[in-house]
Amino acid sequence: MSIKASQQQLLKSSPSTYNTASMYYTVTFDKILIANRGEIACRVIKSCKKMGIKSVAVHSDVDSNALHVRMADEAVCVGEAPSRDSYLRMDRILDAVKATGAQAVHPGYGFLSENREFAKALKDNGVTFIGPPAKAIEAMGDKIESKLLAKNAKVNTIPGFDGVVKDADEAVKIANDIGYPVMIKASAGGGGKGMRIAWNDEEAREGFRFSSQEAASSFGDDRLLIEKFIDNPRHIELQVLLDQHGNGVFLNERECSIQRRNQKVIEEAPSTFLNPETRAAMGEQALALASAVGYFSAGTVEFLVDSKRNFYFLEMNTRLQVEHPITECITRVDLVREMIRVAAGYKLPFKQSDIPIDGWAVECRVYAEDPYKSFGLPSTGRLRQYKEPLHVPGVRVDTGVVEGSEISVYYDPMICKLVTHGKDRTDALSNMKDALDSYVIRGVNHNVSLLRDVLRNQDFIKGNITTKFLYEKYPDGFSGTTLNGTQQNELIAGACYIYLKKLLQSQDFLYSKSQIYRAVQPTSWDLVISVEDKEYNVTARFDKNNLILDINGSKVSMSSQSSFSSPVLEADINGNKVTMQTISHKQHDIRIQHCGTVFSPTVRSRKQADYVHLMPEKPKVDLSPFLASPMPGVLFSLSCEVGQEVSEGDELAVIEAMKMQNSLFAGKTGKVKKVYFTPGDSVGENDVILEIE
Amino acid sequence: MASLLHKLSRLPNRIYLPSVRNGLASKSRNLLIYRAASDLAHLESVKQKIDSKRQSALLGGGQNRIDAQHKKGKLTARERLDLLLDEGSFIEYDMFSEHGCTDFNMDQKKFTGDSVVTGQGRINGRIVFVFSQDFTVFGGSLSAVHARKIMDKAATVGAPVIGLNDSGGARIQEGVESLAGYADIFLRNVLTSGVIPQISVIMGPCAGGAVYSPALTDFIFMVKSTSHLFITGPDVVKSVTNEVVTQEELGGSKTHTALSGVAHNAFENDIDALARVRELVNYLPLSNKDAAPVIKSDDPADRIVPVLDSIVPAESNKPYNIVDIVEAIVDHGDFFEIMPDYAKNIVVGFARMRGKTVGIVGNQPLVASGCLDINSSVKGARFVRFCDCFNIPIITFVDVPGFLPGTAQEYGGIIRHGAKLLYAYAEATVPKITIITRKAYGGAYDVMSSKHLRGDTNYAWPTSEIAVMGAKGAVSIIFRGDSEQAEQEYIDKFSNPFPAAKLGFIDDIIEPRTTRTRICHDLDMLATKDLSNPRKKHGNIPL
Repeated sequence: MSIKASQQQLLKSSPSTYNTASMYYTVTFDKILIANRGEIACRVIKSCKKMGIKSVAVHSDVDSNALHVRMADEAVCVGEAPSRDSYLRMDRILDAVKATGAQAVHPGYGFLSENREFAKALKDNGVTFIGPPAKAIEAMGDKIESKLLAKNAKVNTIPGFDGVVKDADEAVKIANDIGYPVMIKASAGGGGKGMRIAWNDEEAREGFRFSSQEAASSFGDDRLLIEKFIDNPRHIELQVLLDQHGNGVFLNERECSIQRRNQKVIEEAPSTFLNPETRAAMGEQALALASAVGYFSAGTVEFLVDSKRNFYFLEMNTRLQVEHPITECITRVDLVREMIRVAAGYKLPFKQSDIPIDGWAVECRVYAEDPYKSFGLPSTGRLRQYKEPLHVPGVRVDTGVVEGSEISVYYDPMICKLVTHGKDRTDALSNMKDALDSYVIRGVNHNVSLLRDVLRNQDFIKGNITTKFLYEKYPDGFSGTTLNGTQQNELIAGACYIYLKKLLQSQDFLYSKSQIYRAVQPTSWDLVISVEDKEYNVTARFDKNNLILDINGSKVSMSSQSSFSSPVLEADINGNKVTMQTISHKQHDIRIQHCGTVFSPTVRSRKQADYVHLMPEKPKVDLSPFLASPMPGVLFSLSCEVGQEVSEGDELAVIEAMKMQNSLFAGKTGKVKKVYFTPGDSVGENDVILEIE
Repeated sequence: MASLLHKLSRLPNRIYLPSVRNGLASKSRNLLIYRAASDLAHLESVKQKIDSKRQSALLGGGQNRIDAQHKKGKLTARERLDLLLDEGSFIEYDMFSEHGCTDFNMDQKKFTGDSVVTGQGRINGRIVFVFSQDFTVFGGSLSAVHARKIMDKAATVGAPVIGLNDSGGARIQEGVESLAGYADIFLRNVLTSGVIPQISVIMGPCAGGAVYSPALTDFIFMVKSTSHLFITGPDVVKSVTNEVVTQEELGGSKTHTALSGVAHNAFENDIDALARVRELVNYLPLSNKDAAPVIKSDDPADRIVPVLDSIVPAESNKPYNIVDIVEAIVDHGDFFEIMPDYAKNIVVGFARMRGKTVGIVGNQPLVASGCLDINSSVKGARFVRFCDCFNIPIITFVDVPGFLPGTAQEYGGIIRHGAKLLYAYAEATVPKITIITRKAYGGAYDVMSSKHLRGDTNYAWPTSEIAVMGAKGAVSIIFRGDSEQAEQEYIDKFSNPFPAAKLGFIDDIIEPRTTRTRICHDLDMLATKDLSNPRKKHGNIPL
C-alpha cells in the first residue's frame, strides 16, 4: 500500500510525463464495481481491462448470463428483474462493494448515476464514486436550481418558470405568461423522458396531467418545469472534463438534433452548424458553469441553438453520456479512463489546445422497437441471429448483447450504439450506411429502417436538421423507406435470386428412386413479382452465375455468391455493389431488407399469378372494434368500463412499457362490449384489451 | 371394325397431349393421304370424334360451371393439376370414360371423363399419381368408374397418390354401385397405406361416405373457407339432433385443423395449397422401398448455433418456443410443420439435415407446459408411425413435465392414447436421435424416444432434468411432508443430467450450440442402421 501510495504521489506530481502508452499503466484502483448493466457496463469494463483494473459486475437475476456479467472478473447478483429491486437498490450495491472489496464505483448512465444519495453513501463508506462530487450532482439534478446557477455563471438561459404547479389552470396561466410554445416536464426527470410540448391551452392541460403524473409516479417529486420552447432548435451539447485540481477542458460538441419524443436517435460530432467562435463560446460557458459548482469528472452541458446560432443552456448531465463514443472518436480521448483517473485524483494529462477534431463520427442508436409506431415503441424478444458489421471500416459497436440475448421488458431496449468514424462527414455517413445494411438483427423488431432512411434524406445529408426533423420529414409517422426505380429493381432482382436458387435446390435430388427422369429444367422463367400492391412482369434466366432479368422492360443483371438462406445477400447488380438482407423465404413469400426497410415481395410463376387473379378477394377483417396493445407492457389505467358509450378517438387505456406511458384510443364509436384486462395486468403485443360493439 | 383398329395401330405412336392437339391434326392428315378413300372418311370421323370428346373433356361441366367454380374462389380440376404438377408433365388416363347409369335420365347427361380427372405426372421430376374431382360435372359426385385404377398403378409402381377432393358425395342416381365404388377406394387406401405416401387435399365439399377415403390417407390438407369435410351436413344434423350449425362450423378448415384434428393443415387458397403440397412431396420418399430423399444443401453440417445456448430459460417453469430451436438447427430454417393448430403442446413436421429429410417431434413448452395429453399423444404417434413407414429418421426434442393429470384425461382414456405414442416410438426402426433440452419427467421421459425404446443416440443439454417427477412432488412422497432441505437435496441429485448419464441412458451431455453438428454426424453414421422387429402379421396398437 505504501509503495502504491508513493507511486501515485510520484505520478500526480509529474503529469507532463504521461503519454498514451504509459497512461494505461498508471496506478488508480485495484478493483472497480460497475453499478450498471448492458452496453455501458461492458464499455466501462473494457477500459478497466486496458488499465489493469479488476472489474465487478452487478446484475439482476434475469441478467445473470448477460454479456457484462461474463466480461467482468467478478459478478454479484443484487436482486430481481425490476430495476427498483436490483440496479436501483443502493443498499445491495453497497453490500456488493463491501463483499468484493471494490475501491471505486462507476455508475454508468441512468440508474444511480445522478443520484446524490448514492454518491454520498459511497463516500461515507470510503469508496470512491467515479463521477462528479455529490454537491454538483445535486445542483445540476434539479432543473430549476441548475438554471439559476447557470444565470449566475453568466450562461445564456431560456425564459421560463418552475416549481410546484397547483393545477391545470395554473399551468395554462404560466404557459400564457411565457408565451406559446412552452415545454412542460417533471423537474426531477433526467433526459428527455416525460417532456411534453404545448402549443395551446388544451395541450398545456394535457401536458400538465401527464407530467405531474409521471413526476409523482417516477420521481416522487411534484415539481414541474415550464419554459419557452425554442422554435427550429438544434440540440447541441458540449462535453467537458475537469479534474480535482481546477483544470478543465471541453471536448468539443455533439450534435444530437435527430430525436423522437425528445430522445436522441442519431448523434454526430462535430456539428455541421457550429463555427469555431460559437464552439469556443459554448465551451467557455460550459466550463464556467462546471467550475461554478465545483464540478470534476466528465459532464455534458446541453444547449439549444437557434437558427441564428444563439445558444441557450438546457441542462447539465452529471454523468457519462450515452453518446460519448463519438466524442472519443474525434478527440482520441478515452473518457472512461479519464473519469477513473480524475476520480483517483490525477490531473488532466492534456490542455485545451491538445484537443483535436479528428475527422467526423456518427452514432446511431439501434433499438429493439417498432419504428412504424410513433418512431419507435419498445419491442421485446430474443436475438435469434445477431452479427455486428465489424468488417466495415471505422466502425465501433458498443453493445451489451450477443446472439441469443433477450431484450426484456424490464430495461432500456437498446441493442447497440453503432458508431462510425471517417475522415469527414461523407465518409462517416457512407460507413454508417454500409454498417446498417450488413448489421444482422433477427428475433426482435428494430429501428434500422428509420435510421437508414434518415441517412438518405437530402436535408440530413446537407446537415439541415432540427430537433423536429423526424416530425417534419414524416408528418404521418414513419412507414418504411420509399425505393427509387433502381432500388426497386434491386429488390426485385434479390427476390428473384432467392426464389430461383431455392427452387433449383429443391429440384436437385442427390438421392431419390426416380431420378432417372430429371425435371425438364426451363431455361428461363416467367415470373410475376408483386411488391406493395404493384405487379412486375419479370423474365429471368441464368447465364453462368449471372442472373439476367427483364423487369417490366428494363434489363437487370445480378451476380452473387450468397446462399439463398444466408442472412446477408451481397450482390453485384448492374455494376453496383448492393447489400440486402434475407429475412425469410417461405414459398412465394419472400422478405428482404433493402435500404434498411423490410419488404415482402411475392414471387409467383406467371401461371400461378394468372390463377391468383381468378380468386375473389377475401374480405378484410375490421379490427377497429378491438383495442389492442401495440407493445408488451403493463396496463397502467383504463378510462372506460363495460357498457360505456365511447366515441372514436377517445382515450380508453394507457399502457406503460419501459417507463413510458402510451395512450390507446378508440378505433370506432360504440359501446364497450368486453374488457379483458384490469390495470396492473401484463399485456403482450397485439393482446386485445377491450372490444367495442 | 377390325380393320379400323388395325389402321389405328399403325398411326404414329405418341402420347396425345392436349397441348399438341392442333399440330397433330394437320400432320396426321398428311400421313393419311395415300389411304383408301372410304377408310379415310371413317377414320377422319373417328378422329374428329376423338378431338371433340377431348375438347369436351377439357371443359368438364362446361364454361358456365367453370365460371361458377371460379366465382366461389375455386379452380377447376384441370387447373389444379396444372398447378400441382411440373409444367407439361401430366399424362392423363381414362379421359374417355363415362358413367353407365341409365336411371333418372342419367343416360341423357354424360360428360366425357365423368367427374374426375386422373393420371400421372411429376413433382420436381419425381413421379406422382393424381386424381382430381371435377365439381363442374355432377358436383364432382363419385361414380363407380372413379379413381381406383390410379391407385392400383401407383401401388405397383411405388409412387405417391395425391387426391384433390371436390365432390358433393355419392352419386345418388347410381345407388349401391356408387357405394361399391367408395369401398373399392377405401380398400386400396388401406392396402397401399404404408406402401406409398397418400395425400388428400380437400378443395371443396367432401361429405358422407366420401370422407373416409381422405381419412385413410396419410395427410389431409384443406383450403380455408372453400372446403368442408363432414359425415352429415348441417341440414341432416338439424333434422336429427335439432342442432343448428353452419357448414363452416361443422366441417370447415378451422374445425378440422384446430378442433377435431382430422386435417393436417389449411391454406389460404387453391394456389397456395397446391404449392405447399409440392413442398411436402419433396420431403417424402416415393414409397416404402425408397430411402428418405436427399437434396443438395449448402447449409454446412458443422454450423454452430450460438443462440441455442440461451433459448432455454434458467427458470425451469418459464416457457420458450421449441420451434425456435428446430428452425435454428435444421437446414435453412425450413420446417414444414404438420398439424400446427392442433394439440399445440407437441410440434411435429418435416425438415432437412444436410439435405436429407428428417421427421421432427418436439414437446412445446409454450403450450400447456409441453405436457403429453390425449390429443398430443395421438398427433405424435401418427407422425412417428408415418416416418417409420417411409424410412424417415426421427429427431425428438424433449421438454416434457409428464402426462396431463385430471378426470377429463383419465375418462378420455389417456392411458390408451398415451400408449399409442409409446407404441409408435418403441416399434420404430428408423434412426432415432433424441435431445433432452430441459425436463424429461416420469413416464413421459420413457415415451419420448428414450434409450430404453431403442433410441440410437440420446443427448442431454446442460439444462436438462431427468427424473421421476419434479422435486416438490417427489419429496412430498418420499418424506410424506414438505421439507425444503430434502427438496434441495432432490434438486441437487436429480434436476440435472448426471444420474441418467451415469447409467448410460443418455450418450452425452452436449453444448446446445453443437447440436446440429452432432445430429448431422449421427445421421451419417446411422444411414446404414439395420434393425427389424420380430416377424408378425401386424402388431396390435392400442387404438
